[in-house]
Formats: sequence, structure tokens, C-alpha cells
Amino acid sequence: MDVPLFLIFAAIAVACGVNVVVQRHPITSAISLIGVMGSLAALYLLLGGEFIAAVQVVVYAGAIMVLFVFVIMLLNAGAEGRSGRSWPVRLLGIPFLVLLLGLLSFVVQAYAPKTDRVVFGAFTSGGPRDIGKLLFTEYLLPFELTSVLILIAIAGAVVLARKEID
Amino acid sequence: MPASLFPPYEDLLRILPEIVLTIAGTLVMVLEPALRPERKRLLGGIAIAGLLVALWGTAVANLFRGPAFHQMVVVDGFATFFRALVIVVGILAVLCSIHYLQRERPDSGEYYALVLFSVVGQSVMAAANELIMIFIGLEISSIATYVLAGYLRDDRRNNESAIKYFLLGSFATAFLLYGIAWIYGAAGTTNLVEIRRVLSTPELAPPRFLVGVSAALMFVGFAFKVSAAPFQVWAPDVYQGAPAPVTAFMSAGPKAAAFAIFLRVYMTAFEPISNRWEPVVWLSALATMFVGNFAALLQNNIKRLLAYSSIAHAGYVMVAVSAHSEIGTAAAMFYLAAYAFMNVGAFAVVTHFARQGEKYVDVDDLAGLGHRQPVTAALFSIFLLSLIGIPLTGGFFGKFYIFKAALEAKLYWLTVIGLLNSAVAAYYYLRILVVMYFHEPGEAAQTVSPVAPGVKIALWASAAGTLLLGIFPSVILDFADRSAALMK
Repeated sequence: MDVPLFLIFAAIAVACGVNVVVQRHPITSAISLIGVMGSLAALYLLLGGEFIAAVQVVVYAGAIMVLFVFVIMLLNAGAEGRSGRSWPVRLLGIPFLVLLLGLLSFVVQAYAPKTDRVVFGAFTSGGPRDIGKLLFTEYLLPFELTSVLILIAIAGAVVLARKEID
Repeated sequence: MPASLFPPYEDLLRILPEIVLTIAGTLVMVLEPALRPERKRLLGGIAIAGLLVALWGTAVANLFRGPAFHQMVVVDGFATFFRALVIVVGILAVLCSIHYLQRERPDSGEYYALVLFSVVGQSVMAAANELIMIFIGLEISSIATYVLAGYLRDDRRNNESAIKYFLLGSFATAFLLYGIAWIYGAAGTTNLVEIRRVLSTPELAPPRFLVGVSAALMFVGFAFKVSAAPFQVWAPDVYQGAPAPVTAFMSAGPKAAAFAIFLRVYMTAFEPISNRWEPVVWLSALATMFVGNFAALLQNNIKRLLAYSSIAHAGYVMVAVSAHSEIGTAAAMFYLAAYAFMNVGAFAVVTHFARQGEKYVDVDDLAGLGHRQPVTAALFSIFLLSLIGIPLTGGFFGKFYIFKAALEAKLYWLTVIGLLNSAVAAYYYLRILVVMYFHEPGEAAQTVSPVAPGVKIALWASAAGTLLLGIFPSVILDFADRSAALMK
């Protein structure tokens, strides 16, 4: 049962991911992105990471996507116009993409270790307790530094977006 | 149990520069709304004070060498060197900025906070011993720099610069992140020393090819950040469009920090597969030198010219990286220090000369500066001669050590081509000198105003640094030599 489910959700994730790029209206792209997030959550669940799956749904598919859609609505962004692409992009873009994907899948197929296969549901340690513990011991410094990262992002957004008050 | 949650005091001292800089940055942001527009330059003073304390903090941290926070960061000579370097670049950039900001836009407090936080990111990169830390440090540094590049929102060139830098930079970071994911999948850890241990233990080592893909993906990210070919296309547009002091800052600080993580990742984590990445770095060094120097020949805008020159200099450092030895690492460190002084100095002159709205940024505008402001012109000449690599300047010894390291690594062709490239480069630097000294003063030079005090200090300090490295190179080189052996 696990493998067909995995294949279904993985296929949905990839299809939605491609759709994010292909679609020309930002709202359609955003909704496809929700599809990606949702199917990733299902994959986490299959592996046994219940908490991570829940967080994925709540934070990404919920909060972050709401912000995405909100910003798109606020900007009233319409479908993007097709801009003229330069000839190297038109000529080489698709072949290079195929080459990169082909190379990566070849490497995974040929070299990834096949001995210890993924066992669905075997991952048991991703609970809130474990994550919290790791976050405040081993990953304390990255955790704290992320707050600097967020602070700088907020400050940057304010600098670039605020109106001058004369 | 609760007691053990608090990190030991030595660990806190090991990240003292970052703590100091973060406090200073926050202080600037808190004080900013309380100050009247004409008093805003006070914030520049706070920023400089914060950076100076952080420099002291770097020295204190250096007394407590070793890993901290569960091996997330490591304080060694290498980290101390790059921390000090990016902080000094920060000081010089702030000195150039104070007058510039008053000239272009008076209400400007966050600028200094952004510079300080950007230096926090670079300082973290210098000391990072873990791919997660590298990523977070890089993002802090980059995001602050994206915003700084577009700081003058009403200027169209600033907007172009910021949006190009942001879009391409994020794209490159995605490659880096993807590479990190691959190596985590292959080696099961993100700690650089651990990765090295796993890769060099035959029973544990994942297939080489998997690691190679990861190294290649991460190379894309790093090469973008150091503007090495073929990922250098963004640099001229971004450097040209950004405010001149910001260009000074981002062509020296973030670049040095990016080289620091580049060296650390490839000299520790990916050392066991060095025969795979050496040819790639070799090719990239070659292409970077050619693209930078030959494109610079055609430029008339001085910011664009210096941008291409900055690409070429990244190429020289890549030569040192591809030497793949401790001498090469030390040479790269020395070169980045010399480059920081001479490049920030050159951009300080551009900041001074460009005037309101950066009107005068063509090489021909400099005509006759040698007669109008002999001191400024003389200092500019020092920077240009150092960029060429004339003896008695830091640039000379930088190139000397790099090509010495390349020769010892038996990279004969790269050395020959590098030397030929330096000769080509002499042409476009000398052209500026000729215009400055032998052309009749034009309108731009006639109307040039006296050098602002902040820029003056930055100019003299950069010139002193350039000459110090050229006359007493051993001061820095000895330290670099001792620090080049990275923790393994």
C-alpha cells in the first residue's frame, strides 16, 4: 500500500511543481504550490514523520501560502505577458534542462545505495519533543541566527517599501 | 538538565564579534526614529564604534580557539583573519557612506543597520563549520546587500541593480542549497569535518559521483557569490547600478566571505574528492581572468570597469584555490586582504568624484584630476598601481604569492596565462592614470569639491593598508601562513 501511495503523491508533487513554473497567472501558480506542499506533507506522513507533516500543512500550506495569495491579490497581479526571449535561451533552455534532469536521475539511479531501502513508517523520532530538544541544544546557534535573518528581511522590506513622510 | 542548556561562556566569547555587531545593528535601528534627519549621521558613528568593538571582539575570540556550539562554528586563525577583514571593509564602507547618504538622501538610518547585519552574516560565514551555518550566514549577508544595492529607491539604476542581484542571487543560493541537500543525503551530516571523515573512510564513503554532484551544485552557488565565470554575468550591472559606497562594500566584504566558505568547504569537506573539483576550479579561474580583463578593456564607465576588474581579481584568487595547498590558501587570504584595501580605496575615489546623483562616472570625466586634486589623484594612483600589481603595493605581493603557489602546484599554464592577463589588465588601469594626469581638466574636474572627511579617512586608511601590505607583507602573510591549515 505504501509504494502506490508514495508514487501517487510524488507524481502529484512533481506535476504541481512543474505547473507552478508553467502557469502564467500568479494565482494559479500559488495554488499549484499548495498542491506541492500538501503532497510533500503526505510523503512525510508516509515515512512516519507525523509532526513534520502537520507542521508542513500548518506553516507552509497554511500560513505562508495565505501570505502569498494575499500579496498577489494586493498587487492585483494579472497574467504575465510573454516577454521576448533571447535566442540562446530559446535554443538551449530546454535541451540544457533535459540534460540536467537526465544527469541527476542517472546519478541517483546508478549510484544511490540500494541496500538500505526506505522503510515507510520507520521514522519515529520526529516528534515535537525531539525537535524542541535539538533546536535548543545542538541547533541553538543557527536557530538564534535565523532571527537575525528574519530581522534583516523585515528591515529590508521596510526600507524598500515605505512611503516618504515629508 | 536545565543548567546544561545554557551554552558555556567560552562558546559565547567565541561568537563575540557577531554578538557585538548584532547589538550595534539593533541599537542603530532603535535610535533611528528618535533622531532628526540632520542628526542621522550620528548613526554612522555608532556603526563605526560597533565595528571597532567587534574588531576587538575578534581578537578576544581568537584567544579562545576551537569549535563552539556543537561544532557549528570554529574559531581558528582562518576565521579570525576573515572576520577582521570583513569588519575592516565594513568600517571603510561606512566611512565612505556617511557623506554619500547626506548628499543623496538625508533620512537614512537603516543603511547602517543593514551594513552591520551584513557584516554579521559575513563574520558567521568566516567562522562557519557547518553547512547550515554557511547557508544562514550567506543569506544574512546577501539579503542585506540586495537591499543596500537598491537603497536609493527613486534611482532607476539602483532598482535595476537590486532586482537583478536579488533574482540571480536567490537562484544561485537555490543551487547551493540543493547541493547541501545532496551531500546531506549522501554523507548523512552537514558538519564539514564530519563530511570529510565520512568521505575519507572507505567503509562509510558514499559513491564518489553522488558527492561530485553535490560539489558541483555547491560550486555554482559559490562561484556566483565570488563572481567567477561562468556565473559572473550579474556583477557589472549590479556594481554599476548600486550606490558607489555599497559597491565598494559588496565587491570586497561579501566576496571575501564567500571565498572564505568556498575555501573551507572545498579544503575540508570535499578534500577527499579533490581530484574531481580541481579541474573545474582550474577552468573557472582561467575563464574568469579572461572574461574580466578583456571585457574591462572596452569599458568607459568607471564603476563598470572596476566591476570587470573585480571579476578578473576573483579569477586570480581562483588560481590560488585551484593550487589546492596550504600555500595557496594563504596566498588567497593575503590577496583578498590586499584586494579589499585597493578596491575599496578605488571606489572611495569614485564615491567622492561622482557627485550628486552619480553624474560623473565615466573615465573621461576624471580628466585633469591630477591637477585639481593632486592628493586624491595620488591616492587613486596607488590603488590603481596596486590593482595592476606594481611592486611596493599589496597587489604585487598578492599576485606574487598566488603565482608562486600555482607554480608549486605545477600549474604552469595557469601561471603563464595569469601573468599575461595581468599585463593586459595594466592597459585599462594605466588608461585611467593617463586621463587623470595628462588630459586637460574637463568640466567634472573643474567643479570637484573638497573631499569629505569620512571619505578622506577611508582613502588614507586604504592607501596605508595597500602600502603596508606592499612594504611589510610578512605582517599579514605570516598570520595567513599559520592559519592556512584548516581544522580537519
